[in-house]
Amino acid sequence: MDTVTLRVFRGDASGGEEREYQVPTFPGMVVLDAIHQIQANQDSTLSCRWNCKAGKCGSCSAEINGKPRLLCKARVRDFAVGGAPIVVHPLKTFPLIKDLVTDVSWNFRVSAKIPPFTPRADAPRPLVMQQIDVDRIQEFRKCIECFLCQDVCHILRDHNRKDSFYGPRQIIKLANLDMHPYDGLDRRQMIREEAGVGVCNITKCCTEVCPEHIHITDNGIIPLKERVADVYFDPLMWVARKLSRKG
Amino acid sequence: MESFDTVEHDILVIGAGGAGLRAVIAAGTAGLNVGVVCKSLLGKAHTVMAEGGIAGALANLDKKDSWQVHFQDTMKGGQFINDWRAVELLAREAPERVLELEQWGAVFDRTPDGLIMQRPFGGHTYRRLNHVGDRTGLELIRTLQDRAVAVGMTCYMEVTIARLLINDGRVVGAFGYYRETGRFIAIKAKAVILATGGWGRMYKVTSNSWESTGDGAVLAYDVGAELMNMEMVQFHPTGMVWPPGVRGLLVTEGVRGEGGILRNGKGERFMFDPKYMPAGYQGRHAETEEEAARWLDDKANNRPPPELLPRDVVARAIYREVLAGNGTEHGGVYLDVTHRGADFIKRKLPSMYEQFHALGDIDITTQPMEIYPTIHYTMGGVRADAETCATNVPGLFAAGEVACGVHGANRLGGNALCDLLVFGKRAGEGATQYARAASPAELDESQMREEAAALLAPFESPGTENPYLLSQELQAAMQEGAMIARTAEGLGKCLAQVMALQERARNLHVEGTRLYNPGWHTARDVRNMLKISEIIVRCALERRESRGAQWRTDYPNPDPEWAHKNLVAVKDGDAVQITTRPVPTMPAELAALFEEKK
Repeated sequence: MDTVTLRVFRGDASGGEEREYQVPTFPGMVVLDAIHQIQANQDSTLSCRWNCKAGKCGSCSAEINGKPRLLCKARVRDFAVGGAPIVVHPLKTFPLIKDLVTDVSWNFRVSAKIPPFTPRADAPRPLVMQQIDVDRIQEFRKCIECFLCQDVCHILRDHNRKDSFYGPRQIIKLANLDMHPYDGLDRRQMIREEAGVGVCNITKCCTEVCPEHIHITDNGIIPLKERVADVYFDPLMWVARKLSRKG
Repeated sequence: MESFDTVEHDILVIGAGGAGLRAVIAAGTAGLNVGVVCKSLLGKAHTVMAEGGIAGALANLDKKDSWQVHFQDTMKGGQFINDWRAVELLAREAPERVLELEQWGAVFDRTPDGLIMQRPFGGHTYRRLNHVGDRTGLELIRTLQDRAVAVGMTCYMEVTIARLLINDGRVVGAFGYYRETGRFIAIKAKAVILATGGWGRMYKVTSNSWESTGDGAVLAYDVGAELMNMEMVQFHPTGMVWPPGVRGLLVTEGVRGEGGILRNGKGERFMFDPKYMPAGYQGRHAETEEEAARWLDDKANNRPPPELLPRDVVARAIYREVLAGNGTEHGGVYLDVTHRGADFIKRKLPSMYEQFHALGDIDITTQPMEIYPTIHYTMGGVRADAETCATNVPGLFAAGEVACGVHGANRLGGNALCDLLVFGKRAGEGATQYARAASPAELDESQMREEAAALLAPFESPGTENPYLLSQELQAAMQEGAMIARTAEGLGKCLAQVMALQERARNLHVEGTRLYNPGWHTARDVRNMLKISEIIVRCALERRESRGAQWRTDYPNPDPEWAHKNLVAVKDGDAVQITTRPVPTMPAELAALFEEKK
């Protein structure tokens, strides 16, 4: 039987190292399958998050050969090129708990600061919206909160500016709310200040790693940057935009 | 005993999927202090995997739809062993629960009139599944998650509950551990809501995640709750077959709802074979491929294709086709939606397109999918009152997949999501009412000490049993003996294997520390899986008839006697005691709905 070599980071907050494993392969195998085989047959203490194994829950985020990926969607054959080992590390941007598991609680704390959808006083029940008016926000709502975009964002990853930038995931959440035809809150101040949309310098790394193929930069971040730059001091334009979006 | 955290809430909700979060919102809105425990991170619960839609008779497209028709479809799909009152509440309240999601920010697909889009699904007379492409569950959980956070809750992520704590016959809290550190935690509460989901993990070919190990049902069983209709396990007709890495992964019923066609390996559209048409459904489906094709564009004047029969019917047909040698290369049948065109497919079924493209090297816009039944859902569970979701144990409530009552012998697609919302809310309100009247009660330390010792035993055990390999053996045994087609012989053999595995589970051993140790976690889970498996098999042996998901090839027909019985399992020391409870009788005005049809 063919095998593949994995080098998996093992360790915790006090330090760690890569450890090598040989794992038998089968057709269609993903890297998460290899991790599961290691757990079942070689070392049951190897820590890794996962749930759906179908790319729908965003739990098994890690870095494969240096690239942020979902382990359940990463085919072994795409990474074990020329017999080279597959190197699996935890997300770098978040504090390590153990092996491939990191503490992503910061994302949940930031998310909780964003006021939820708040319907305008004149919103009908049921809501009446045309498909064309919700296409854009439905794209944002595909987000599975895998936090790969947060992991790859150099503002968070290299500069650790978690105090001044909410990160691509939360900007997308804000974009969803701000562009909802019936949202009644003025979110511009949060977008500009607490969320720090201006900090992003549009390297588009987040868009590249998004497993849901959301155009984070082009459809979310850039429009919000324009929104707070152009309209921030012009309430009339803001009202006009809200009205024009009613369809 | 080592020190551990003790926290206190008015209400503890165990499970943060759709039912748990909806219960949190209900109790939190009523002003109670609510704690919620999730086994994974918030937002990752199994609800996120639901695809096709949420049933609710909004009648946005088909004006003739109503709660009464939804009621009839659901009772019929469940082969009439459902709790009629639960079904009535489900059908009446589902539309309001869906509309309320929209007010909380959910963004469903739209009709040309700007209302919520609805699609047809198996067993539903009209277009009734409110949806967002094929990722409705994600929309549901994210909306509820945001709402629950806004209402206010304390969320304990990655905590596993190992035991419900009892004081004077009442549930007064729960005991478990943080996965991250392995430290113990005790949560005191006036009422506890179980919303822990189902238990598809006992089978080898499953669409369920590692979480679905039946913890909630075992927690309830251990404190004396009644588990009802545990033999009723749903085999979803369409799971992925190839490659092996994705075997069992769900292919949404939405594919058939959008016109997907089933063909066997010989290219025959076998669902038209009259032998697969069950009693009670004759005359309701297209009888020619031409009519089925016309239905795609004119649903008012044509009947839906037979691919949209209820799940139990379609799953059995696929099983029989493959058994008869009409299977595909990898032992499944074909599901083909290519005739709908690439644009349509990518818009209506985007995650199926992505799933087959990324994991199966199949382009579903030009190639058929290969599919075979996969374990999907458990209709059985903790018996709960329709109005309040109270169980027979004071202080304990149950809602969603862990609970039993509404789906009978077979659940219709789309009815799981509305079940979560309707009964999640009712459980939250029922528990609120109970908690307001309940006096404070102390936690019994001896129960916690006993549980802590049991949890830690595998570290100290001299045994050699590996929890992963033991659960794989269990999955193989259940897949062989308690799958879609059951016999007394196969079930008997399966039961013997399960009992032997339970013996071996006494010798489980795990290495390492308590810090995020999946081997240790699995050692706990496998014990729950073994207990639930035993109960499933014993109930399947007991019900000597075929009804819904329970297909006994040695008793191939429904038995009129059994039409009036629910099976109930309760703990009797180490033994499982099985009794029956009468199916509640429908009041005359609801029964009349079925008379008129005839």
